[in-house]
Amino acid sequence: MKAIEQSVVQEYINKFANKDVYIHLETTNGAYASHFDEKAYNVGAFIRNAQVNYQHGKIVSTGGSFRVGLKLDLGWVYAEGLSDFEFDEHGRLLMAGHDREGRLMVALEISEKPFTHEAEEDES
Amino acid sequence: MNHKQKHLLVIFPHPDDESFGASGTISKFRDEGVPVTYLCGTLGEMGRNMGSPVFANRETLYNFRKKELNQAARNLDINVELLGYRDKTLEFEPSEELAKHLKDRIELHKATTIITHYPGYGVHPDHDALGRAVVKAVEMIEPGFRPEVWMHAISNDSEKDLGEPDFIFDITPYWERKEAAIRAHLSQADGMMNLIEEQDQASEHYQRLKTEQFYRWIFPTD
Repeated sequence: MKAIEQSVVQEYINKFANKDVYIHLETTNGAYASHFDEKAYNVGAFIRNAQVNYQHGKIVSTGGSFRVGLKLDLGWVYAEGLSDFEFDEHGRLLMAGHDREGRLMVALEISEKPFTHEAEEDES
Repeated sequence: MNHKQKHLLVIFPHPDDESFGASGTISKFRDEGVPVTYLCGTLGEMGRNMGSPVFANRETLYNFRKKELNQAARNLDINVELLGYRDKTLEFEPSEELAKHLKDRIELHKATTIITHYPGYGVHPDHDALGRAVVKAVEMIEPGFRPEVWMHAISNDSEKDLGEPDFIFDITPYWERKEAAIRAHLSQADGMMNLIEEQDQASEHYQRLKTEQFYRWIFPTD
């Protein structure tokens, strides 16, 4: 992944608009947060392969990282803290935010094909 | 059980659990000529660590972790079998089916000893769920044919609750192999190992990695 270039990512977001796409949306502070710090809470959520069709989407800079919002007919998809992106060889837009140690904190990914679901064979 | 050919089955959910938690003990068994198979529940594809510096992403992580696992297995001279579940979801799988799946593998391998996580003391929900499923699986096997089950407890309160472990291995003689196995998990271990190296070698964390301890699970009808 590389640092988000806002205009480049905006164009990819536009390309996926008004299409049936699959979303992977995730945030996590790790399964060991309260193990290493008993005052911390373990918090996380993910949804994988939610099928949506968004009217339009926008990436907004917060000076350092980015927020992305996708407007659905009946709701929204939202992620904050995104800093890196990749448009991969499978035509998927992957966006993520990492902490100082490089650990993933948030991810938003958009694909026209379902994201792989099982621990399946090496596809590369 | 001495007349039987021994076979150690290590049953943990993530690539690297075997290296951090049991690779010294695994090396001890290998030196005694005992075959070891690692049944790895998932590919850890929801892990937070993406390498240090970052080289993986959510969609490529499982490829890296699969290769890392194979490298660690070569370092430890053990077999690996993937159970094919998805990271973070083991506790939501139907527990009977999961237990049956494990029972079939345990019988296939004629396991004489199993190492898994102590249910309720594994910290990660996948650890607890798989440990619990192992107990259930072994309970399905007729008494007298059951392997020994050794439980690895991680949580901070485990010794307070469970007392002194039944097996305490000083794995210093196997440290080089353990370190190599941990380092094979490049996407996960690099940051952690650097942290350990920076620390005093007498530090609690370092010492903890040099000791591996387990509780023997007592089945009511044994």
